[in-house]
Amino acid sequence: MIFRKAKLAILESVLDNGADLAPGRSLFQDAVARLKRNKAAVASLIMLVLLVVFAIAGPWFIPHNYEDPDWAAFRTPPSLDGGHWFGTDQNGRDLLARTLFGTRVSLLVALIATVVSVVIGVSYGAIAGYVGGRVDQAMMRFVDIMYALPYILFVILLMVIFGRNVFLLFAAIGALEWLTMARIVRGQTLSIKQREYIEAARASGLGTTAIIFRHIVPNLVGSVVIYATLTIPEIVVVESFLSYLGFGIQEPLTSLGTLIAEGADVLEVLPWLLWFPASFLVVLLLSLLFIGDGLRDAFDPRDR
Amino acid sequence: MLALMAGLASAATINIHNGGDPTSLDPHKLSGDWENRIAGDIFEGLVTEDTKAEPIPGQAAEWTVSDDGLVYTFNLRDGVQWSDGTPVTAHDFVFAFQRLMNPETAAVYAYLQYSIKNAEAINTGEVAGLNELGVKAIDDKTVEITLERPTPYFIGALTHYTAYPLPKHLLEEVGDDWVKIDTIVTNGPYTPVDWVPGSHVTTVKNEGYYAADDVSIDGAKFFVLEDESAALKRYRAGEFDILTEFPTDQFAWMEENLPGQAQVAPYAGLYYYVINHNKPPFDNADVRKALSMSINREVIGPQILGTGELPAYSWVPPGMANYAEPYTLDWKDMPYGEKVAEAKSLLASAGFDADNPLKLQLRYNTNENHKRIAVAIASMWKPLGIDVELYNTETKVHYDELQRGVLDVARAGWLADYNDADNFLNLLKSTVEHNYGRYNNPEFDALVDKANATTDTAERAALLHQAEKLALDESAAIPIYYYLARNVVSPRVKGYENNAFDIHRTRWLQLVD
Amino acid sequence: MLNYAFRRLLSTIPVLWIAITACFFVLRLAPGGPFDGERPLPEAIKQNLAAHYNLDKSLFEQYIIYLGNLLQGDLGPSFINQDFSVAEQLLVGLPYTLIIGGVAFFLSIVLGITAGILGSVYRNRFPDYLIGMVVLSGLVLPNFLVAPVLQLFFGLKLEWLPVGGWGGGAVSHIVLPVVVLALPHVARISRLTRGAMIEVMHSNFIRTARSKGLGSASIVWRHALKPTLTPVVSYLGPAASYLLTGSLVVETIFGLPGIGRYFINAALNRDYGMVLGTVVFYMILIVVLNLIVDILYAWLDPRVRSR
Repeated sequence: MIFRKAKLAILESVLDNGADLAPGRSLFQDAVARLKRNKAAVASLIMLVLLVVFAIAGPWFIPHNYEDPDWAAFRTPPSLDGGHWFGTDQNGRDLLARTLFGTRVSLLVALIATVVSVVIGVSYGAIAGYVGGRVDQAMMRFVDIMYALPYILFVILLMVIFGRNVFLLFAAIGALEWLTMARIVRGQTLSIKQREYIEAARASGLGTTAIIFRHIVPNLVGSVVIYATLTIPEIVVVESFLSYLGFGIQEPLTSLGTLIAEGADVLEVLPWLLWFPASFLVVLLLSLLFIGDGLRDAFDPRDR
Repeated sequence: MLALMAGLASAATINIHNGGDPTSLDPHKLSGDWENRIAGDIFEGLVTEDTKAEPIPGQAAEWTVSDDGLVYTFNLRDGVQWSDGTPVTAHDFVFAFQRLMNPETAAVYAYLQYSIKNAEAINTGEVAGLNELGVKAIDDKTVEITLERPTPYFIGALTHYTAYPLPKHLLEEVGDDWVKIDTIVTNGPYTPVDWVPGSHVTTVKNEGYYAADDVSIDGAKFFVLEDESAALKRYRAGEFDILTEFPTDQFAWMEENLPGQAQVAPYAGLYYYVINHNKPPFDNADVRKALSMSINREVIGPQILGTGELPAYSWVPPGMANYAEPYTLDWKDMPYGEKVAEAKSLLASAGFDADNPLKLQLRYNTNENHKRIAVAIASMWKPLGIDVELYNTETKVHYDELQRGVLDVARAGWLADYNDADNFLNLLKSTVEHNYGRYNNPEFDALVDKANATTDTAERAALLHQAEKLALDESAAIPIYYYLARNVVSPRVKGYENNAFDIHRTRWLQLVD
Repeated sequence: MLNYAFRRLLSTIPVLWIAITACFFVLRLAPGGPFDGERPLPEAIKQNLAAHYNLDKSLFEQYIIYLGNLLQGDLGPSFINQDFSVAEQLLVGLPYTLIIGGVAFFLSIVLGITAGILGSVYRNRFPDYLIGMVVLSGLVLPNFLVAPVLQLFFGLKLEWLPVGGWGGGAVSHIVLPVVVLALPHVARISRLTRGAMIEVMHSNFIRTARSKGLGSASIVWRHALKPTLTPVVSYLGPAASYLLTGSLVVETIFGLPGIGRYFINAALNRDYGMVLGTVVFYMILIVVLNLIVDILYAWLDPRVRSR
C-alpha cells in the first residue's frame, strides 16, 4: 500500500524488459546466482527463517505460555534466573512467550492479507490484460477510482464493523490492497499474450479461462513474488497502526503491533515491554525489506 | 521585562488536562465528567459545590423546606447577573427546568431531576404542558420547587449541571445558537471565550460574578487530549498544571520522582461485573456466587492496576450520605484458597466440572485497565475449569449490546450522580435501563421503593440496607473495586482538596510561583 | 491542460458519490449508535434525540436527506461537538492539518531527494550507509513509537522543544509532529531517488555528457535530476494521502486539533455526519493533490502528455 504508485513505476520499468522474466531457465538461474551474491539479502533470508522457526517452535521450549499469569511475578524486569528472560507484563505474563506468539500472529495476518490481495490482484489484472479492449478499459478505470479513495479511512470503518475478528479484518484489508498488484499483472499480461506459445494455445482451441490460468498466470510468478514480498511488511505496519488505535487482536491473543503499542505507553517505567517486541518487529521488517530489494535487483537485468 | 510579563500572564491562567472533547457548552446536552469540569466553572445553579464538593448556596442566598419535605423555596442572592450584565432571575431557572424536561430538547441527563413534580411525565410526553412542572417563579427573586416525593438528596442534585439556569433573554432572541462561543453568556465565576474543537476551551474570569473578588485564578484552559501518557509527558514539561487522569502504570514512578503530586483519593463509584440473569446457567445463584467468590479482589488494586484500589465486597461504596455502613458479603474474610474450594463445589453442584466446563464470554469496552482486569479475572476463573472467552468492543458497541441484554458477564461501572445510597441500589431495580444483567427481584424493588417513600432518614437507611443485603446475597452482580479518583496536581496549585466526587472548581484554586 | 484538469475533476464526482454512499450505509451497519454510552439513556430520551436528528426516519430517507443537503453544501450537524456543524469543525481543523501536513510534505521532498542524491553519489561508501541506516529506521519504526521517544528525549530530557500542543503555531511546537510525520516519507523518497539516480547515471545520455567532460555536480543538477524525479513525483500523489494517515497518529499524540483526529473520534463515536464530512473532505483533497501530481508528471515526462 505505502508506495503503490512509485513501486509500480519502478516495477513497470523493471518489467518492461521483463518480458524476459518468462521462464528462460538460464535467466532464472542467473537471478538466483545474483541473489546469492547479495549478502544483505542472504543474511536477511537466514534471519527471517530463524525468526519464523523461533516463533513457531520456540513456545515449546520455554517454560511459560502466553496467557497464564505468574502470580508471583508482576512487571518483573528481564532476568536469566527468574525464568522470565524477557520479563513479565502487568498481568504477570511471560513477555518472551507473548512476543513469540505475537510474531506468529503478525506474520499470519500479513500472510492472509497478502494472499487475498494476490489472488484478487492476479485474477483481475490477468483478465483485464488478456481480454483487453473495452473490458480492460473499464476494469482499469475502476482501479483508478479505487486509488482515489482514502484507503485508511475505509480500513478504519471496516475495523469498526469487523473489530471483533482480526483475521476477517485482514482479509478485508487484503481485499483493498490488490490494486497495484492488478496493474502490474495487467501490464505483464499484455506483453505475455503477444508470445507465440499463447498464440499456439489459442490456435489449439483452448478457452480464455484456461489460457489465463494455465499459461499466463504461471508466467507472472516472478513479478508477483517480488511485489508480495514488499506487501507483507506494509501489512505488518498497518496491523500495528490499527493496534495503536485500539483495534488490535482480542486478548489474550496478541500481535507485535499490539505489544509495541502497549509498550510505548510505559517506555520509561517498564522499558522491556517495548524494546523486545520492537526489536522483533524491526528485525522482521528489515529482513523482509532486504529480501524484497534483493529479489527485485536479482530479477532486474540492469546493474543497480 | 517581557519575560516577566509573560510569566505573570501565564501564572494567572491554569492549564487543565481535561481528557475528551466537550459535546457542548449547553448544560442540557452534557453527560461526561470532562464536560462538567467546564460547565461547573462557567455556570452556577441555586446550589453549588465547595472545595469538598459539599453543597453550599450558589445563586440562591438561602432556602427553606416545607415540613413534608416536598416544597423548597429559594431566595436568589442580590446582584447575581449574567456575563452581559442582565440580572439572573427566578424566571431563568423556571425557563431552564422547563427546557430540560421538554422532550424536544432531548436533554440526555434530564432524568436526574425526575424527583421534581411532573418532571418524568413531561419528559416522557405523558403530560404536555410545560407549566405543569413543579418549578415556579414566585417573583423575580424567589424560586419554588415542588417534588414528587421527599428526596433527601435533592439539594445535592441541584448542584448538578442539569439544574443550572439559562439566559432566557438570550435564548428567546437567538434560540439554540445561544451557545455559540461568540454569543454565549454565563453566570458562573468564569465565562468561555475560545473553543477549538479537539484542542481546548479557554475561560476568563467573569467580573460580574457575585464572589469575583474571591476568585484568584484569572482564567482556565481545558485541554482535549485522550492519550494519557502523552498528557503526563506534557505535565512533566510544565505544559499542564492539573491532569485529571494518569496511566496507572506510572503511579509508582510518580511517587518516586514527583512526590506528592499524584493524587489518589476514594471516589464515590463502583467497578463491577454484571451477569445475565435471563440466560442459563447464569440464572443459577450458585453459579453467580462461584464466579464472584473466585475473584481475588485483593490483587486487582495493588498489583494489576498499581494504584491500590480497594476491593469491593459491598454494593454501595463506603461513605455515602443518608446511609450507615454498607452491607458486606459474609465470605469477605475467608482465605482465598477456601473461597476457590467453595466456588468449585458450588459449580459442581450446578453440574459443571472439568469434563463439562462452564463456558462464558466476558465483555469489556476498550480501555487498558478494563482489559487488564478482564485478563486477570479470566485467569482466576480458569483453575475452576471455567472456559472464558474475552470479548472486547469499543465503548459505543459495548453499551449498545449491554442495553440489549447481549451478554454473559460484562464490565460496567457507576459513578455517583448525587450523594445517596439510592443512586447505587437503583442500578439493580428491574425497571431501570442501567440494570444490564436484568436482575429482577420484586422484593428488592419493593424495599427500595418503600425506602424512598420514607421520610425518616434512619428508617430509610435500614430499608436500603436490607435491599443491599438481599441483592448481594444472591449475587445480583459482582462488585469488584471502589473507584479512586486519579489526578496529578502541580505544586503550583493551592487550595486543591481531594473529595469523593472528584469535583474541583477553579474558583477555589490559587496558582503560586 | 485546463480542459484536462476540468475533465479530471468532473470524473471524480461519481467516485465521490460511490464513496459517500458506501460510507453512509457501511457506517450504519456498524453496531452501536451515537447515543450509546457509559450512562444509558431512558428510551423516551433516546427517541427524543433520534427525532431531533432525523435518525427515526428510514435509512433510505435519511440518505436522500443527506444527499440533498450535501448538494446545497450542508454537511449537517455533528453529534460529538454539537455547538459546531460538521462544516464549521472541518474549517477549524483544516489549517492545523494543512500546516503540519504541508510542512511535512515539503520537508520530506527536500530531504528525501537530497538524501537520495547524496546516497547515489556516494554509492556504497560511508555517507550512503549512514543515510541508508537513517532511512531504514524511518521505514521500520512505527510512528506511534517514534513520537513518544522523541517527546521524551527532546521535550523532557533536553528540554529543547515543547512536548505537545499547538502553541499558537510557534515553530518549536511544529517541529516534533512534522519530523514524526515526515520520517517515513523521507525514507521512501530517498530510496526512490537513489535508485532512479543510479539508473539514470548509467544511461547513455549521461555517458555522453560525461565524455564531453562535464563535472559530476553539473551532470547531476543539469541532466540527471529531471529524469530521476519522475518516479518520485508519481509517489507524491499517494504520499499525500499517507501523510493524512500519519496525521491520525500524530494529532492524537501531540494533542493537535486536526481532521485526522476528528475522523477517528467521529468513527468511534458513531458521529455519522462527521465521518461522512471528513471522508468527503479527504477525497477532495486527495483528488486535487493527485491532479497536481499528474500535471507535474506530464511536465517531467513528455511521453505522458501525448497519451
